[in-house]
Amino acid sequence: MITVYHYMLLSAILFSIGTFGVLTRKNAIVIFMCIELMLNSVNLTFIALSRHLQNMDGQIFVFFVMTVAAAEAAVGLALMIAFYRNRESIDTDDFNLLKW
Amino acid sequence: MFTFFFYLFAAVAVFSAFYVAKARSPVNSALWLVTNFICLAVFYVMLEAPFMAAIQVMVYAGAIMVLIIFVIMLLNLGTAVKKRYTHALFWGGGLSLLMLFITNYFVRHGAPTGQIGTITSQTISSYGHTELIGRAMFTDFLLPFEIASILLLVAIIGAVILSKREV
Repeated sequence: MITVYHYMLLSAILFSIGTFGVLTRKNAIVIFMCIELMLNSVNLTFIALSRHLQNMDGQIFVFFVMTVAAAEAAVGLALMIAFYRNRESIDTDDFNLLKW
Repeated sequence: MFTFFFYLFAAVAVFSAFYVAKARSPVNSALWLVTNFICLAVFYVMLEAPFMAAIQVMVYAGAIMVLIIFVIMLLNLGTAVKKRYTHALFWGGGLSLLMLFITNYFVRHGAPTGQIGTITSQTISSYGHTELIGRAMFTDFLLPFEIASILLLVAIIGAVILSKREV
């Protein structure tokens, strides 16, 4: 029998893998994709708890998370294109203009 | 049957998530990410949320991934060089394992509130999931819905201005 705890443990594992990717990769687009992974694992938690508590509010929250993810994708990728035009790379090691 | 498919798709989801973080080429990461999104859509169907599964496939696996792959192709990124920072792997792996243990602890020792709402499987099958979502969104969540539309407008303007060559 699959309970809500199974879904929450699965989303915890996915969130940790996303954290691992964000902390270890250097390519900005891969970091961005790992952030999408973390957002999706939170969405899975929301829907599992919404089903478990028999309430619709969690699914509306997932809707708003998706809206924010879409806005983030548009602005973030535009920023990466603008950065690539200046530096010819999107390695996070080259993001050093604000370093002292 | 249900249990078998849960474990099958959970294994595929974890495997594909790991390869998103590990694959050397960004295009490979993007394709593994699509696999992961489709597995999550399967879980949404299992949780009796078919509208969310449809949106997951259309918005995430459709729109956002097309945007990401388009940018990867546009920037002509090669595969990552083999130079790896072992201290980054150590600290990143350690921190994510720590996070896994903490979330595991909270999931095991916490309990959801005992309050149960009114949306049962019978309500979902008689009204339809989309109608329930629409009702909640246009009555209780009307103001956040309008704010989300303003957010999308700001994102459109921001993306256009940021990617222009000369402002």
